[in-house]
Amino acid sequence: MDLLTLITFLPLATGILLVATSRVMPEQAWRWIGLGGTVLTFLLSLQLWAGFDPAQGGYQFLHHVPWIPAYGIHWFVGIDGMSLLLIMLTTFLMPLVLIASWNDIKKSTRSFIFFNLFLETGMLGAFVSLNLFQFYVFWEVMLIPMYFIIGIWGGPNRLYAAIKFFIYTMAGSLLMLVAIVALVWRIQSVTGYTSFSYDHVLEHAGSAGPLAPWLFAAFAIAFAIKVPIFPFHTWLPDAHVEAPTAGSVLLASVMLKIGTYGFLRFAVPFFPQVALSPAVSRIVVVLAVIGVIYGALVAMVQPDIKKLVAYSSVSHLGFVMLGIWGGTLQSVQGSLMIMISHGFSTGALFLLIGMIYERRHTRLIADYGGIARVVPVFSLIFTVVVLSSIGLPGLNGFVGEFLVLVGSFAAFPLATVLATTGVIFAAAYLLWALQRMIYNRLDKPENERLTDLNGREFAMMIPLLAGIVWLGLYPAPVLRRMEPAAKRYLQLTQPARATSPVAVSGSTVEVRP
Amino acid sequence: MVETSATNELLRWIVLLPLLGAIVHGVMLGLVRRELPRGLVIAISCLAPALAFLVTLVAFFQLRGLPVGQTALVDGVYTWIGAGRLVAEMAFLFDPLSAVMCLIVTGVGTLIHIYSIGYMDDDHRDDGGFQRFFCYLNLFLAAMLMLVLGDNLLVMFLGWEGVGLCSYLLIGFWFGDRWNAYCGMKAFVVNRIGDFGFLIGIFLILWALADAGAATLNFREIQAALPTIVERTVAVPAWLGGEWRLTTLIGLCLFVGAVGKSAQIPLYVWLPDAMAGPTPVSALIHAATMVTAGIYMVCRMSFLYAEAPGASAVIAWTGAITAFFAATMAIAQTDIKKVLAYSTVSQLGYMFLAAGCGAYSAAIFHVGTHAFFKALLFLGSGAVILALHHEQDTDKMGGLRKHLPWTHKLFAIGVLAIIGFPGLSGFFSKDEVLLAAYTAHVPGHMALWAIGLVTAGITAFYMCRLHFRTFFGPSRVPDEIAHHGIHEPANTVLVPLAVLAFFSVFAGLAGFPDVYGEQLGVPESNSLAHFLDAVVVQQPHHVELSTELLLAALATTVAALGVALAWFLYVSRPELPARIRERIGGLHQLVANKYYVDEIYDALIVRPLVVISDRVLYRGIDAGVIDGLAINGSARTVRGFASYVLKYAHGGLAQSYLITMVVGMLAVLAWLLRG
Repeated sequence: MDLLTLITFLPLATGILLVATSRVMPEQAWRWIGLGGTVLTFLLSLQLWAGFDPAQGGYQFLHHVPWIPAYGIHWFVGIDGMSLLLIMLTTFLMPLVLIASWNDIKKSTRSFIFFNLFLETGMLGAFVSLNLFQFYVFWEVMLIPMYFIIGIWGGPNRLYAAIKFFIYTMAGSLLMLVAIVALVWRIQSVTGYTSFSYDHVLEHAGSAGPLAPWLFAAFAIAFAIKVPIFPFHTWLPDAHVEAPTAGSVLLASVMLKIGTYGFLRFAVPFFPQVALSPAVSRIVVVLAVIGVIYGALVAMVQPDIKKLVAYSSVSHLGFVMLGIWGGTLQSVQGSLMIMISHGFSTGALFLLIGMIYERRHTRLIADYGGIARVVPVFSLIFTVVVLSSIGLPGLNGFVGEFLVLVGSFAAFPLATVLATTGVIFAAAYLLWALQRMIYNRLDKPENERLTDLNGREFAMMIPLLAGIVWLGLYPAPVLRRMEPAAKRYLQLTQPARATSPVAVSGSTVEVRP
Repeated sequence: MVETSATNELLRWIVLLPLLGAIVHGVMLGLVRRELPRGLVIAISCLAPALAFLVTLVAFFQLRGLPVGQTALVDGVYTWIGAGRLVAEMAFLFDPLSAVMCLIVTGVGTLIHIYSIGYMDDDHRDDGGFQRFFCYLNLFLAAMLMLVLGDNLLVMFLGWEGVGLCSYLLIGFWFGDRWNAYCGMKAFVVNRIGDFGFLIGIFLILWALADAGAATLNFREIQAALPTIVERTVAVPAWLGGEWRLTTLIGLCLFVGAVGKSAQIPLYVWLPDAMAGPTPVSALIHAATMVTAGIYMVCRMSFLYAEAPGASAVIAWTGAITAFFAATMAIAQTDIKKVLAYSTVSQLGYMFLAAGCGAYSAAIFHVGTHAFFKALLFLGSGAVILALHHEQDTDKMGGLRKHLPWTHKLFAIGVLAIIGFPGLSGFFSKDEVLLAAYTAHVPGHMALWAIGLVTAGITAFYMCRLHFRTFFGPSRVPDEIAHHGIHEPANTVLVPLAVLAFFSVFAGLAGFPDVYGEQLGVPESNSLAHFLDAVVVQQPHHVELSTELLLAALATTVAALGVALAWFLYVSRPELPARIRERIGGLHQLVANKYYVDEIYDALIVRPLVVISDRVLYRGIDAGVIDGLAINGSARTVRGFASYVLKYAHGGLAQSYLITMVVGMLAVLAWLLRG
């Protein structure tokens, strides 16, 4: 078996092992098996990192097995710099998420671990797929475990949140399925060859003809819900607030990125003439900027810290969308960079909120205050993570934001200036929350006996902090690996840009090294 | 560019030494979770800036020793951010400009670290922490030095934000008080408004230079490429004139950043509140170093501002107006640190006035002398505050020269320096600034000069008012404070004061005007200006000795009037101020309440933003329109079905459902992989 397939299915295999041996295994062992499986997956994915050749464009670690050849459905995997980093992020976060849930999850632990492992396979599968049918299957596979994670282990309003999440995403998925089938069928009628293979579809997507706007719309709505782009975002705050810590982390850090990944991999390269037409560009960029500002302002007034962080995701992902349409190497690399660093900082924020929630059983900002005195280490780490989310230079958040803004300025000067106000609002809502939670007077007796981070919690924050600092001070290894993928995206969409008036005004479309 | 600079790997240590200090403290506090013994904390945190100062000195002499034609040392450490043609190196630049700033920052920084030992030793609040304080202080120094030494705009921005962070952490150092934590946040957010402009400025530079084929943020490369964009214009709305030079737009955007960082109108509101931090912080960050970063940036980009007359005029006028208004606000303050804070805002205004008039070396000169005398004044006020057991209200002081003779004398030197007593450092630097306004080509430069002159008189008045009310007259110290005894502070506090006092007196000699020097047979006596010639664009102004002397005499007379008025009101006739206050009640209220600017901002910006976000955006659009109408309607119809599914799963059948699914998938896979 090849490395990518192994990495993809190792978590699921671990999960099945867990279920199969549940009768003979003591309960304590379940967690260790789950953790072992995810750690092993991470170690294997390090081989991808080591073996990946940054200088080479195109896909690497390719593997191809016919599946239902008659319909052009193959097991076809391969990665480029874009998917490599997202895979690394997923395998890196997964063990941390299981460690975070160590004591948090009390009911049906085994199922919980199984669903998480199942989810990991779903996410990894989506990133490695070079076949549309296969991508669709994994996209759907992700939905089921997340639905159960929210619905079973969530907060009091979990049912509503889970259903909302399910319906929203399901609606998008259906649209995407129809679009995939229609596109493949259309291509078949032109080329006489049925194939769901990514390269084949990409090559012939132009034959969609008059269907193109509709197909793009279907893809775009499916991905827009996932990102989420305003106004498709309202499932996110509910899902985040109700989900257990593990669910929130995976949702924010990885699953949202599958939406932006979808735009970069499928929606825009398939239909560049539609996607980058002035009208569509205007809509997307306006919605992206609305997302940045609206998300930040709404985040500012949330009394619930988890909801605040959820809305901050809407704001951050707005930057990513702006960068994708920004159309320069800087803006696209910036988008990819934000996708990764948002995974670190927002993941870390949700983990920290989970820790404090476990102790106090409240997420209301007003219930805290002055806790830096009793939990100094928690407060220190919380502060660093907040600063990274604010985009303080030297930490991870800044690199991507800066590249997106600097890269989008030529094409969309006004939108970029407006989006840049996000740096003010981000400071406002996060520092205000910080001030109300960990600073001020320690005036609530319930907070006086909070205990600081224990060894387990501390240990899982260290890799995240290390990543936050590393990506902020030395992002070169990551940027270098992303560069060929970003260039390829620009080359694929270049023809559309040359004819659109947007590019005429912005003369710095650069594909050159 | 290569031939004009020499590589020198020493530079990185200027930044790294304080950074290492901060890291050691941070690791002990965060990872090991144990405070080091005090002696060790002191050794690490004071040694770091002291060594950085020594390294700076070594670099300084190496810079002086460079062969003719080379004007800078450069240390490229690694490539920080690289995407396509945009490359930002983590690189440091040591040229005359950064050398002067570096010497000030590490020199004054070291003294204030030493002072802090004594000051913070006294701190027993439970939200305090000796080592935490020094951790932040070391980190601040590292960030400040990075700002100063950055070889490109992005490294400068890294330091720029870093000092903002440390300022935030140190203002809210005693976070147990809601007010302190609030002030810290306010400082950071207001600074971010400035950073917004700074970022736009960076985007504009990159955008303009990319068109010219030289996308770079490196200072010397921007300077080299500037001629390619100097002629470009941008369209602006008609009421702004319809068309601006691109350089002016860039200059203004960057200046917005400077307005935030250096507390100018309209973004000065955070600095007076920043006095909530411990006094050494006020001295180091909010007087001597960080707040001058905006002036430093303008001087660093002087090649751009020399080509941006519109932006320069805005800078000069902003500076002059800020200098005047802040000085009037200082008149009615009773908190000893607040007076000094408004005084700082006012003096920063002077520096911008000079920079806007194209007299960049005069601006840096005033940065330097101000660093000495304002640090001296702040640390002196800290000594008073310590002696009075953390009382800051001058209404509860008076007559302190008997109890604190040394503090009184040293503080007096600071006062004399700032009001421009002839021969002291402030005299020379302030005269340079006024002379720059007098001879500038900025529109309305005589008005600028007049404002500067009047402000000099107000400065003399409020500084003497402060000094007299603190050290002269009868004691108003409440019994419960006097009861504990009022003593001179420890030597670690007094010695830095003495060193600063020495420089407050003599630092002016570095900028001794050439016209005086020629009379005394010392050609090119303004060694600072000639040293800076290599980097900052200078507008040569030829002034007659008589003009220079006349201007100096005028300034001195105005200052003397201010002193006399203060003496009359607060020493000879101390009952008068209260009567005047009653007479002009409304005006006094207005000034004492700082023209209600904070209240106006709050009512016009902060509150509406929060209310709109909550009522309109969140409750209205999010919960009301999108969720209420569009989503939940459809959700309700499906809920029955979904809850059925969930119950099914809940009943323990989830596993079997999923196992079926997974087994199915595996079967397919196995079939696929069979060959």
